[in-house]
Amino acid sequence: MILEARDIRKLYGAYVALDGVSLSIQEGEFVSIIGPNGAGKSTLINVLTGVLQPSAGSVRFKGKDIGGIGTVALTRLGMARSFQLVQIFPELTVLETLQAAVVSRLGRGARIFASLAGDGQVQADALDVAGLFNLSDKAHALARELPQGDKKLLDVASAFALRPEIILLDEPTSGVSTADKHAIMEILVGAAKRIGLRAIIQVEHDMDIVFGYSDRIIALHQGKVLADATPAEIEADARVVDMVVGRRRR
Amino acid sequence: MRTPVVLALVGIALVALPLLAPAYHVTLMLPFMAYGVVLLGLNLLFGYTGLVSFGHALFIGIGAYTGAVLTTRLGVRHMEAILPAAALAAAVVAAPVGALCVRYVKIYFGMLTLAFGMVFYTFLLKFYKLTGGDEGMRMLRPYLLGSEWKGFSKTAYLIGPYYYFSLAVLVLATLLMWRVVRSPFGLCLKTIRDNPLKAESLGVSVPRYRWYAFMISAVYAAVGGALLATPTGNVDPTLAYWTHSGNIVFMVLLGGFSSFFGPLVGAFAFIFLQDTVMSVFPYWRLIFGAVLAFIVIFAPGGLMGLFARRRRPIEVSRA
Repeated sequence: MILEARDIRKLYGAYVALDGVSLSIQEGEFVSIIGPNGAGKSTLINVLTGVLQPSAGSVRFKGKDIGGIGTVALTRLGMARSFQLVQIFPELTVLETLQAAVVSRLGRGARIFASLAGDGQVQADALDVAGLFNLSDKAHALARELPQGDKKLLDVASAFALRPEIILLDEPTSGVSTADKHAIMEILVGAAKRIGLRAIIQVEHDMDIVFGYSDRIIALHQGKVLADATPAEIEADARVVDMVVGRRRR
Repeated sequence: MRTPVVLALVGIALVALPLLAPAYHVTLMLPFMAYGVVLLGLNLLFGYTGLVSFGHALFIGIGAYTGAVLTTRLGVRHMEAILPAAALAAAVVAAPVGALCVRYVKIYFGMLTLAFGMVFYTFLLKFYKLTGGDEGMRMLRPYLLGSEWKGFSKTAYLIGPYYYFSLAVLVLATLLMWRVVRSPFGLCLKTIRDNPLKAESLGVSVPRYRWYAFMISAVYAAVGGALLATPTGNVDPTLAYWTHSGNIVFMVLLGGFSSFFGPLVGAFAFIFLQDTVMSVFPYWRLIFGAVLAFIVIFAPGGLMGLFARRRRPIEVSRA
């Protein structure tokens, strides 16, 4: 088991965002978290990524309690994330964005007088990730000038450039045209295999993406786990389909 | 024209200037070079990290008063000792001040830096026995390269050895900063400027890197402050006053904070514009206010931004 959450409760004042959520992520799994708006998905992601301290319960990553330890510390432990709203560095190029992630991974950020351009490993690793995400020909384009789909790819690619053991993707295909969604997911899954990612967790609303790529689906409803099962089992559960999936899939 | 060619021409002009230009204009270059050092540091914080300080005159004041105290009270006259001492003094003050300020951003960061600057200004003003109060302190002529330059009059000293010494410090400060902004560290600062949330998600410790940038910019400001004190021969609390902090932010805006050389262009333009306007119009701040409004509204990239805008079509047509 690589990541485990036990009896997580998260309160915002009197509002209960998460109510006794437990989950575990095994080596090699692609797990999707689904649920309607207000189900607690974003809160859960923020608790799992150490941004929020749970009100009760514990989150363990590689056996270590990571509740509220913060993004930077968690990144160093081997967990990366991408965001629902695309997050880029508008004035940096694609290559610089990936270099920043590689610099961080290698712990070279405090090298004040070293030449970035002369760091062969940083250059090579950044170009390698650009290649994995089909961004090589745009390596010198400013991030703000990229089409929306490429911005999303760059956001995810920079998280992959950290070479994490586990990655949490908050709606990796949101804001992307339907035609581009599967292309992005294929790139993402291919890159995960290539860098030897141990697990992927995604929050996603697009059920074609969820059922097409997941090994397991966790359905949240009103802050509780409604179901934690394989896509086939979820599809066969009429109650989950009605409450969370929203329509019968064919 | 390519940047290296422009830099070579500027370098030749700067070296030849004392031989060709009237002494008055050469002495005007001294504050330009001192402010140049200050602004290189300030722009690491402003242009590269995204934090606008309205209190950096604090560190100019520390540098200038370090020079004055060393030369008048402690008998240390060597500029090669004064500059590192000024840098050290600034670092000692900047460490706690920066650690507190970088927890905040935008207007809160600006106001906090302004507040610390005003605390130091008041200290300089009120602790008369230590600082000379509103009269300030003398800054004795420092030795350069181990020499007192005894046979030189004040003007000859300033437009000769001191000019070249200042130029050497400016060149060294520029080269060091050039390395800094092109280092992995410089890249991390740019990520923080552009998107702190994303930077953190990539493992960049935002407060720590902001603090590093604050420290470096403070050291640069102090070195510039020490250089600034010699030509006037006196230091006083106005060096640390908030309007002085405003002036140096204005210089950065004037030259353009998104360009590496923008602050240097801004310092040069400010010094010579101020001199020209003051000589013909007593209310020079009126003119400067209008210039500032013009820059903010019509030329947010400053003078270097205007230049880059003019260059772009040429580059496109070449391609």
